[in-house]
Amino acid sequence: MSKLRPQEEYEKTKTFRFFRWLSGNKDPYIGEVEMQPQKEAEVPETTILERMSEQQMIRNKVYDVKNNKKLTFFNKVYVAAAIFFCIALTALLLDMVSYLPRTGNSGNPDNNLVSKRYIEHGLQETGALNIVTGMILTYRAFDTFGETNVLFIATCCVMILLMLDEAILKEKEEKDDRRFEPRDDTILQGTAFVLCPFIFIFGIYVILNGQLSPGGGFSGGAILGAGLILYTSAFGFKKAQRFFNELVYKIAKITALCMYGIVGSYFYITGANGIENHIPLGIPGHILSGGIILPIDICVGIEVACTMYAFYALFRRGGL
Amino acid sequence: MTLFQCMLMGFLIVCAISVSFSRNLLNSVLIYMSYSLVMSIIWVCLQSPDLAITEAAVGAGVTSILFFSTLKKIQAIQIEKDKEDKALDLEVSNITLKEADDNE
Repeated sequence: MSKLRPQEEYEKTKTFRFFRWLSGNKDPYIGEVEMQPQKEAEVPETTILERMSEQQMIRNKVYDVKNNKKLTFFNKVYVAAAIFFCIALTALLLDMVSYLPRTGNSGNPDNNLVSKRYIEHGLQETGALNIVTGMILTYRAFDTFGETNVLFIATCCVMILLMLDEAILKEKEEKDDRRFEPRDDTILQGTAFVLCPFIFIFGIYVILNGQLSPGGGFSGGAILGAGLILYTSAFGFKKAQRFFNELVYKIAKITALCMYGIVGSYFYITGANGIENHIPLGIPGHILSGGIILPIDICVGIEVACTMYAFYALFRRGGL
Repeated sequence: MTLFQCMLMGFLIVCAISVSFSRNLLNSVLIYMSYSLVMSIIWVCLQSPDLAITEAAVGAGVTSILFFSTLKKIQAIQIEKDKEDKALDLEVSNITLKEADDNE
């Protein structure tokens, strides 16, 4: 049976000293070594004066603009070279433009099979009246997935650079946040009160009507994000945090990206292997039509809106 | 190309040149904003309304706000009150310096 040693006896053993050394509880130098405060290095006054005069001499030589021949020469050459390069670049670009084919020519390189196919079979294959959205979200859904990932990674990078700790944020909040503008600006708040609902509704309209009218995920998301920014700059971050805080941001953003990934990969796999997919195309012209366009539009819209707002919040405040 | 589009194009060129020649950063951001707005009207004329929506929201709205907040962060924008404070500080320090000189 093991016996519990008294504390004093245990403190004498080597194991106790070893573990004390390991955890760093005791400074090995305090009480053991004689210590003195460090003396300040003394520099004699003559050397200081010498150094100052030397510095002054160098400074005089460097900043003597009128008599410095090298500097005047450099300035002249710099201006001449800048003007020359600007003119040369403009001339080069204009020369290249003259080689471009005229718009509307039937023999242009953009008049190929691909665009013909999009125009002729687009409505039938995608079920979207707006051929642009139909193109980027079905034929080129993989590219758009890459773009959405770029947005996600961009916000991650801005977060790494600008995100602050919670404690520092709270300390800074009152002092620094709205230093350069009035705290409760009546004009801004009145304008935002009237405009914000319309902006949000317009953004949601643009996202949901992506397959019918101009717009789609990116445009609608940008409008939503701009509305969020207007609301936040008028009413402050505290009011915005009631419905859009960090948790909501994380959930919305990651869910949107994952949904896009799942829906998109189902679409790619079935399309690539020639399997029939079970997403109904619907009747063109109805809101619930266009197969995968509507869900992907919603995902992209949420992603873009979150990105816009996160950029603004991180630049302004250092946190969501 | 109609006269209206030609006017817009000319405005674009004037904006682009004046951005590079303006010394005040705040002014150049404002000019950039107007550039984006004109650009979005040109997109409508070129029959691509979805690009116009995005340009108006991103170019004229969000990007310039990001520029503003960055300028504020690096303290390139100084408001009047700050300048007055600094002027006051300078005056006070000058007065104290003069007093010190007088005492000597």
